[in-house]
Amino acid sequence: MGFNWRYLVAIIGIVAVALMAFMKMHAEQPPAGDTSASFTFSKPSKQGIYLVAIEPESSSVGIGELHTWIVTVTTPDGKPVTDASIAVSGGMPEHGHGLPTSPQVTKQPGEGRYHVEGVKFNMGGLWELKFAISAPAGDDEAVFNLKL
Amino acid sequence: MIFRRGGIALLPAAAVLLGLLGCKPAPLTEAERKTVASLALSSLPPLPADPSNRYADDPAAAALGAALFFDQRLSRNGDVACGTCHIAGRHFQDDRPLGVGISTTSRRTMPLADAARSPFFFWDGRRDSLWAQALTPLEDAREHGGNRAAYAHSVKANWAEDYERVFGPLPDLSTVPANAGPFGNEAEKAAWAGMDMAQQNTVNRVFANIGKAIAAYERTLVHEKTRFDRFADAVTAGRDPDGDATLSDEEFYGLRLFVGKANCIECHNGPRFTDDHFHNTGIAPAKSLPEDLGREAGVPQVLSDPFNCLGPYSDAAPEACGELRFMNTSGPELRRAYKTPSLRGVADRPPYMHAGQISTLEAVIDHYVRAPASPDGNTEIVPLRISERERAALVAFLKTLSN
Repeated sequence: MGFNWRYLVAIIGIVAVALMAFMKMHAEQPPAGDTSASFTFSKPSKQGIYLVAIEPESSSVGIGELHTWIVTVTTPDGKPVTDASIAVSGGMPEHGHGLPTSPQVTKQPGEGRYHVEGVKFNMGGLWELKFAISAPAGDDEAVFNLKL
Repeated sequence: MIFRRGGIALLPAAAVLLGLLGCKPAPLTEAERKTVASLALSSLPPLPADPSNRYADDPAAAALGAALFFDQRLSRNGDVACGTCHIAGRHFQDDRPLGVGISTTSRRTMPLADAARSPFFFWDGRRDSLWAQALTPLEDAREHGGNRAAYAHSVKANWAEDYERVFGPLPDLSTVPANAGPFGNEAEKAAWAGMDMAQQNTVNRVFANIGKAIAAYERTLVHEKTRFDRFADAVTAGRDPDGDATLSDEEFYGLRLFVGKANCIECHNGPRFTDDHFHNTGIAPAKSLPEDLGREAGVPQVLSDPFNCLGPYSDAAPEACGELRFMNTSGPELRRAYKTPSLRGVADRPPYMHAGQISTLEAVIDHYVRAPASPDGNTEIVPLRISERERAALVAFLKTLSN
C-alpha cells in the first residue's frame, strides 16, 4: 500500500490553520490606542470640538503614587481654550471600578493648560482617564486608555 | 507579527502545561520576572517623609514613642497599652479575631511593620496619618478607654523630661480637669465642654504630640526579608536561586498563579503586597457585631477629624495633603469596602479579614474561589477557576512570605 501523501498535506494544513487561529485568538491585545512608554497622548474630543493633550507632570507614573497631569485643551485649529471647566473621572473598564481618588483641576497656568492633581492608579492593567470639558464652544469629552 | 505576539502570549500557558506534565517548571517569562521583582522587599523605596509630623524622624521622639507605646498608664484601668493588642513578639498583632482592650472591639488588630507607608489607617481608613491613628484607640471606650486631659497629665507626671526634650516646655495644666475629653463618659464630656477653647487647644496639642511620638516609633517597624525576597533578588539579578533562596516546585507554581491567573496581584501588589486601597470582597459580617459600612463610614470620619493632615495640629502645608484632598468621598464602591492588608507574614497570623471572620488561609482561598455576593454593596471579585492542586500551591507560596 502506498502512503497517500495527500492526507499528510491535508492534516498539516488543518493543524496549521488551527494553530494560527489559536495564536491569533491569544494575540488579542487590549485596545492599545494610547499605549506608549512616554504617557503623552493627544486626540480630538468625541464630537471633535476640542483637541485634548495629556501628559504626566513627572517622568514616571508609578502604581500607588499620587501624580499631577497637565491637560492642554485647544480648538481643532490650535487656539488655546482658557475658560473650560474640566471634570475628571475614569477607572478600569475590565474590572468595573472607578479611579481610587477624585482628581481635580487645581491650577490653570494659561495657554489652555490645566493641572489635574490627585491622579492615582492602584493596580497594573488597562485604565481609562476621562476628561469632560465644558466651555463656551460646547460640552465634549475625551477618553484616554492607559496601559500600566 | 501575529505569530511572534501569539508565541509570547502562549509562553505562560506552555509553562503551566509543562508543570502539569510533571516536568521541571519553565523559567519565568520576562513579564513574570518584572512582576516578581516589583514584589521584592528590595524594591521598596526609602520611607517617605510625613510632612504632617515634623518629629516623624526624630530619634528622641521615637524613643519617647516606644516608651509610650508600652505604657499601660495611658488607659482607664492602667492595664492597656498599644502593645497590649499590637504584641511586639507577634508581628504587632494579637492572633485574635477581634482586638481586646478594656473590652472587645469590632475589628481585627493589624500588624504594624511598614504601616507608616499607608495613606490611610484602620480597616476603613478613618484616619490619615500614623499619629492621628495612634490617638484614636486611646479615647475609644473599648480600647484604652481614657481621655485626653488625663493623658496630658500622665505625660507631665511620668515623661516630662523626655517630652520637653522633643516638643519643648509642657504647658501649665494646673487648671485642666483630671479627666476631660470629647469622647469620654458624661462627666468627662461635661468637663471638656466646660473648658475654654484655649485650654482645649493646649490639651489637644499635648495629645497630638503623644501621637506624633508614637508614630515616630512606629516608623521604625519594618518588614524583614523572607525566602520569597531572597528568591526574587536572585531572579532579578539573573542568578539561579540556591540554598535558602530556592522555592519548591509547588511554591513556584503558587507564585506563578499569584501573579497570573489567580489575579491576587491586582490588589496585593508592590513590595508590601497591598494597593493601600479599599475593596468590597463580599466578606460576610461577623456575628453579633453592629452594622459596619467599612470605607463609607470611614470617609466622613477622616474628613471631620481635627487631627487630620489639613487640621490645626498637622505640620503639613495643605499642598502636602493630597491623599486627603483628592480622596474619593462618595460612590457605591465605598460600601463595605475594607483596606487591602499586606500579605507579608500572613501565614503566621490567622484569623483573617477585618473582623477575623475566616480562620485559615485555605478558607480564604476558598472564599476567592466561590466569590459570594456581598451582603451589602457589591463585591469586586469574581469566581476563580482553579483546581485543588492550584489552591494548595497558592497557600504554599504565601508561606514563603514568612520566616
